[in-house]
Amino acid sequence: MFGYYLDLARRSLRRTPVLTGLMVLAIGLGIGASMTMLTVLHVMTDDPMPGRSAQLYTPHLDPLPIGFKGMDIAGDAASNLTWPDAMALLKAHRAVRQAAMAGGDLLVRPSRTGAQPFYADGRYTTADFFAMFGVPFERGQGWSAAEDDARAHVVVLSDTLSRKLLGGVDVVGRMVRLGGHDFRVVGVTADWQPSPMFYVDASARRYSDGDKFFLPLSTAVDLKLDVNGNFNGWGEDHADTRMVSPTTTWLQFWVQLDTPAQVAGYRQFLIDYSAQQKALGRFQRPPTNAKLYGLMAWLAHENLVPNDLRLQLWLALGFLFVCMLNIVALLLAKFLRRSGEISVRRALGARRRDIFMQLGVESAVIGVAGGASGLLIAQLGLWSIRQRPDDYAHLAQMDVPMLLGTLALAIAASLLAGLLPAWRACRVMPALQLKAQ
Amino acid sequence: MQIRPILSTLRHHKLTAVLLGLQVAFTCAIVCNVAFMIANRVRQVTLPTGLAENTLSMVGVEGITKGENPQTRHAEDLAALRSVPGVQAVVAVDSLPLSRDESSYGTCNSLQSLNQAIAAHSMDGVAGCVDASVYSGSPGELATLGLKLAAGRDFQPGEYLPAKPGWMIAAVPSVIITRALAAQLYPGRSALGQSLYMGGSRPIRIVGVVDTLLRPRLRTPAVDQFSVMAPSLPGDNTVNYVMRSAPADRDRVLKAAVATLSRIDPDRLIPPKQTRTFAQLRRSYFERDTTMIGLLIASALGLLFVTALGIAGLANFWVQQRTRSIGIRRAIGATRGDILRYFQTENFLIVGAGIVLGAALALALNLMLMTHYELPRLPLWYLPIGAAVLWMVGQLAVLSPALRAARVPPVVATRSV
Repeated sequence: MFGYYLDLARRSLRRTPVLTGLMVLAIGLGIGASMTMLTVLHVMTDDPMPGRSAQLYTPHLDPLPIGFKGMDIAGDAASNLTWPDAMALLKAHRAVRQAAMAGGDLLVRPSRTGAQPFYADGRYTTADFFAMFGVPFERGQGWSAAEDDARAHVVVLSDTLSRKLLGGVDVVGRMVRLGGHDFRVVGVTADWQPSPMFYVDASARRYSDGDKFFLPLSTAVDLKLDVNGNFNGWGEDHADTRMVSPTTTWLQFWVQLDTPAQVAGYRQFLIDYSAQQKALGRFQRPPTNAKLYGLMAWLAHENLVPNDLRLQLWLALGFLFVCMLNIVALLLAKFLRRSGEISVRRALGARRRDIFMQLGVESAVIGVAGGASGLLIAQLGLWSIRQRPDDYAHLAQMDVPMLLGTLALAIAASLLAGLLPAWRACRVMPALQLKAQ
Repeated sequence: MQIRPILSTLRHHKLTAVLLGLQVAFTCAIVCNVAFMIANRVRQVTLPTGLAENTLSMVGVEGITKGENPQTRHAEDLAALRSVPGVQAVVAVDSLPLSRDESSYGTCNSLQSLNQAIAAHSMDGVAGCVDASVYSGSPGELATLGLKLAAGRDFQPGEYLPAKPGWMIAAVPSVIITRALAAQLYPGRSALGQSLYMGGSRPIRIVGVVDTLLRPRLRTPAVDQFSVMAPSLPGDNTVNYVMRSAPADRDRVLKAAVATLSRIDPDRLIPPKQTRTFAQLRRSYFERDTTMIGLLIASALGLLFVTALGIAGLANFWVQQRTRSIGIRRAIGATRGDILRYFQTENFLIVGAGIVLGAALALALNLMLMTHYELPRLPLWYLPIGAAVLWMVGQLAVLSPALRAARVPPVVATRSV
């Protein structure tokens, strides 16, 4: 019977080829636009650390004075930690692993003569960083906590930077010049880039290249290396002292907590620490302002999706909705016009269910064709998004779940669009129609 | 034209008519808001910076030699750039409108307000204080950029001071501010000769007021013009050289300037991205908005097209369905015009009902956008225009099926199906 219905649908649709084509185009455009935007949002809010994200948390304190509002452009001053707080959390060692970090942008001079110097983005951090985030090493390893304390001049390079700087394979133990200082290479990571870069400062680009080098935070502070991020202060700090100031926030902090008990314990520890600082007169606000965010919760809090993109998604969904209304109305009119034909079939013994099936198949044909063209249009839309200058542009690729999602959406949309007209048409009274003719 | 028979016919097609009306309503709501967003973005993209934009091109330079005196380096570079053929004037500046590279200061009209702001750690809500962007540059900045003085004078050579490295500006004796900032800080009186306080307790005299000077980064229209020019020689290794030339010479001047600069001192970075005309800088600043305008226009047109398609398709089916009754009406005396007008009126009623609902939806949608996307309130005059556009689209879409209906000969009435 299905083949017969398919044939009927083909005949019916061919009777109005222009209108059928336009219906397919409309549903295709709606689905294509929606899926383009859904795909972009999907890749932007994806889990950057599958398998690890549930154990990663970022603690936040509120050291701001009461009444401090700050400037709109500077962002939330309490979203980072001050040096004394970060060091206290680090020394307390209450989590399985913990690391403080900040972004750095250093001038790199290749040792080869004639090669142009360039800037490279990297991270100043502490020893646990590599094990906590599971950074894969090609050669060598990270540094130890002892080297953190000793402010050792050691560096871990990314594979790309190591090739660019030193070329050869045997780089561990060699020296490189970064930001006007010499560092000994202790390890080379495979190119590693979580997407989004969840651990960076709010002002940094989240979807661009990963870190090209890693060196001890204590060394960076010792040498006053350039920091690529937001210094947000409320005291009288000069550029020379702001890195270690108790009234300037600039550090990010992440911890690994494996069990719910550890999470609860760490939360309590943060509140206790804040209370202690308040007792000392350093903090003014309630200790319960201290927060511990899980990785995905932190990303949601940071709201990484630009407003324009959300607006574009709503626009696309609105467009799809109007297209659906349109197709429901057109199919309804079309099916009802065939009341006569339907009545003859009913009089000849077809059940309501059969009529419903027949008309359902016809609308599903439109839906499948619309979905297929929607898939093409979505590819076109994603291509156009990849041409944008934004840092998320290169991510705009459809993966398998989104591909299946597109098909599912197309079929669901068309079935939904066909349901009401088919239901209405199969309730036509055959006697009334036949008599009228 | 009798409306009653149309209404009673529509009652038989209740569901279809309601669906079409809903489609018109949602289209109306979305298109009105989209048109409003387009208007806002276009206004933003066409904002004047106050500069003679089509005569300017810039080279950004990053010195990497430690310990050199930036001002000496800049002076040497400026002298060399002046001799590049085609360059009419050149200055060293720290930042430009729309460059995103911003130094801003809390700026107050009295010491008392400044102290209040310092105590509150914020400019918000302190009367007489605003956050303003500061431009510093070498002598001749005003003329080279093509800024128009509304009152007062340009800086005198003696007023220029070198800024220390790491500091945004030097401790300057005087500033030039924009008309918008003057009106904000000194409402109802002339700003010339007044003192303002910027990051310190030392009064700074206002010697000039310029018409327009946009900030490096836009926020809201109310504060986008809060700019201050200071006679402070840039003190960082990173600096922009702005050259004025005939528009046709810009590309050639840029090439020659880069060659000159790297010849004087090869050990520095001249990022290709920072070598550009002001037109390119403007285009890159507004690239996202331009994309958004394109998308908004495309979706508004798409919606109108789909709605027109729905109206035409539906009218088409209805004409086919009613061929017999049209024939009967023609046989008992209705003219072609009567039939044509019948379909047009029917369409007018459905679209009209949709528009009424659509106007309410448009306002609701705008309310939602206002809370979530900081969009301003939709001016009410968008609604009648949106209604007129939809009515027109409806009438155009129904015209062809209605004409076909009008051509149905009366003889159809006598035929059995």
